[in-house]
Order: sequence, then C-alpha cells, then structure tokens
Amino acid sequence: MFEISPAEWTAILLSLRVAIIATLVATPFGIALAWLLARREFWGKSVLDALVHLPLVLPPVVTGYLLLLTFGRRGLVGAWLADHLGIVFAFRWTGAALACGIMSFPLLVRPIRLSIEAVDRRLEQAAGTLGAAPWQVFATVTLPLALPGVLAGMVLGFAKAIGEFGATITFVSNIPAETQTISSAIYSLIQTPDGDAAAGRLVLISIVISMGALMASEWFARRATQRLHGN
Amino acid sequence: MLRVDVTKQLGEFSLEASFESQGRVTGLFGASGAGKTSLINMIAGLLRPDRGIIALDDETLDDTSAGVHVPPHRRRIGYVFQDARLLPHLDVRQNLDYGRRMNRLAADPAQFTRITDLLDIGHLLDRRPGKLSGGERQRVALGRALLSKPRLLLLDEPLGSLDEGRKEEILPYLVRLRDEGIPMVYVSHDAAELRQLATQIVMLKRGRVTALGGVKVLTQA
Repeated sequence: MFEISPAEWTAILLSLRVAIIATLVATPFGIALAWLLARREFWGKSVLDALVHLPLVLPPVVTGYLLLLTFGRRGLVGAWLADHLGIVFAFRWTGAALACGIMSFPLLVRPIRLSIEAVDRRLEQAAGTLGAAPWQVFATVTLPLALPGVLAGMVLGFAKAIGEFGATITFVSNIPAETQTISSAIYSLIQTPDGDAAAGRLVLISIVISMGALMASEWFARRATQRLHGN
Repeated sequence: MLRVDVTKQLGEFSLEASFESQGRVTGLFGASGAGKTSLINMIAGLLRPDRGIIALDDETLDDTSAGVHVPPHRRRIGYVFQDARLLPHLDVRQNLDYGRRMNRLAADPAQFTRITDLLDIGHLLDRRPGKLSGGERQRVALGRALLSKPRLLLLDEPLGSLDEGRKEEILPYLVRLRDEGIPMVYVSHDAAELRQLATQIVMLKRGRVTALGGVKVLTQA
C-alpha cells in the first residue's frame, strides 16, 4: 500500500517547489504591504486592504480565471512579460506558483500586519532620537520585533499554497510533471477507477506536510518570542 | 543656546510656550498635564508644532512659516524617556552601541569605557533589558543617549518611574552627567530634584510659561 510511485513523487516535489517559491517571493511583498497597512494612513487604504483580502473571499475559480486573463499568453501582462522578459506563466509550474502566491497572500499578510501593529511605537521613536533613519528603524527595531509574526505568516502562507487547488487548476490546468500538484493529482486520481489507493497515499502525505507546517509555525513563534523577551 | 517659541493644539489642551535658554541644565518644571512632555517632544522632533520656531545654537530645527522640520534622526538630540525604552531584543552593549551604529560613527572604546564606568553599568553589558532593575535600565538609557554624541540631552522625568531609594541611587549620576558639559533639558515636577541639578528654570503651567529664571524661581512654586 505505501509504495509511492514516481508520478506521485513528481507531484509531491512539484507541490513543495511551487509552495516554497510562492512563499519566498510573496514574503517581501507581504512585509512591505503589512507595514503599509499597519503604519501608514493614505488615500485608498481601505481599497488596498480589501484587494489584499479578495482572494480569500472570491471563488478560487474566479481568481484563476482572472489570472488567466491577465497573465495568460494573450493577457495584458502575460504577453508583455513573455515578449520582453521571456517569462511565461501560462501552463507552467511558475504559473502555479503565482496562483498559489496570490491565493495565500491574505494569510501571509495578516499575521505580519498584526505583529507589526503590536510593536511599541515608542521604541521606534526612541530609535529615531538615537539617529536611526526611518528605514533603519524598520530594519533594526520593527522587523526583528515582528519576526514571530513574519515566520507565522510564512508558514501559514506555505500551508495554504501547498493545498491550493481551484485557482491553480483554472489558471495552469493539470499537466503531470509541470503543473500537477498534490491537490490536482488527487483530483485526477479520484476520478480514475483504480486511483483510490494512490489518492489515499497523497491525502496522507498532504496531511503530514500541513501538520508539519503548522507545528513548525508554532515552534518558530515560540523560539522567536523567547529570543525577544527572555534573557 | 536653545530657542523655543511654539504653539500646539492637542485636543482641548493648548500649549503656547516661548523661552530661550543659555543654561547648561534647563529645568522644565510643572505639574503633570502642564505640557512638559509635549514641549520636549517638539524639541526632539517627535511632535511638530502648529506654529513657531525651535532653534538649537545656529541651526533652525523647526520653522513652520518657512516649512522647516528637521526629522528626529537628524537632530542629534539625545532623549532619555521616563520609561527608558531600551530595545528589548538587544543586550545592553548593543543598546549602548545603537546610536553610534545608526550614525555610522567609528567605535570609540575609550569613550564607551568612560561612560559605562561613569554610570556603573560595565557589569551589565551582556544582559537583556528584561533582566535589569528599574534603576539599571534608566542608567543604561542615559548611557545610550550619551554615546550617540548628542548636542543636547533631553531628560523626561528620568526618575519618575523609580521609588525613593532608587532616585537617590540615580541622582549622583545625573550630577556627574551635568558636569560632563552636554547641555540638558531636564523635565520634572519635583522642585527638590531641579534644585540639585538645574541652572535655569522654565516654569510651565497649563500650557503657558509662567516663570523664567534661576533656580530661585522654584520657591514661588
């Protein structure tokens, strides 16, 4: 029963690659956006806030379709990227990473934003009076103190990215070895007459990965908190 | 020389203060709620005046009519807060070094040793702020501000959060600091404290300067 086939391995490794790349690329944007939402007042802030959360409430198939329209071969952005930078998202694993990154973005941003909001602004002021420019205050005070939230957001985003299904399959389809992640492989398998055993294995593996991610998130958060407030 | 002539509306409270100080230690005296902290926050650049001028020596730090506002990190004004505000994720040594690093100044081990000796904090260097007593924290905050090489040092009730015994412990260090020669603005509601430290008094009452002069104006309080 527990022989993982090469095709299943391919799906597992692809899922990991897609989720890791999606998380790593999304994190700097997530931090910047979280900071903006936590610390700045500007025109259109509530619209931006809603936009970030949109993938959370929109049907994933809608997000996937919008991605296809925008980043597809003939999409406004997709055509430009393909012609000028040679970057293609449509029906590639990079497209799966893009879809997962966008779908997991709200979950990534939220804990980071909350932890930045929790950083004592009086400490940031104190750093300023010691000669730290605003970007230095961010790098040496705000970000280190918000680190538990950043790690929690990253792991949560990763867990969401690895389970993403609807937007990914709409945008980049379900191509073995290119865009077939664990989720889409399970979807294919349960529609195949003899796929139950294989689907069961992938289900188990996805449970293990997700549980591992959540436990890692807890562990990171605890360690970071100790580092900040202990000794 | 410090010149302040500002107005600021903070909700219901209006602050209108004007004074010049040549003194080495300017004591800003007044009851709580008189506007002392708002005033030195403006000197530090943390709060912008609605109207007016703040100038230190030859440099204009704020001039609302000319649109001048030098941000806090470019003022080179040290600030010792009532609640110390040490950075909790850094140890004492890193806290003391913070201003020097942010200003990209070369390390000055002699000055570092002198200040840590002056404040008796040399044995605390590897500790985190969370493991310090209130008095120790305040001494580290003093050292941290001094080591950023400020032109002016603002002290906002640095003894305010300490009990009587601790106050007696810190006061001698503040006297030593005064004799270092860095000009200071010392905020307090305690006339006895200011008698020991200040060379000039600015008395503040409900947002207005009510008396200016030597330490003897405190007797009118």
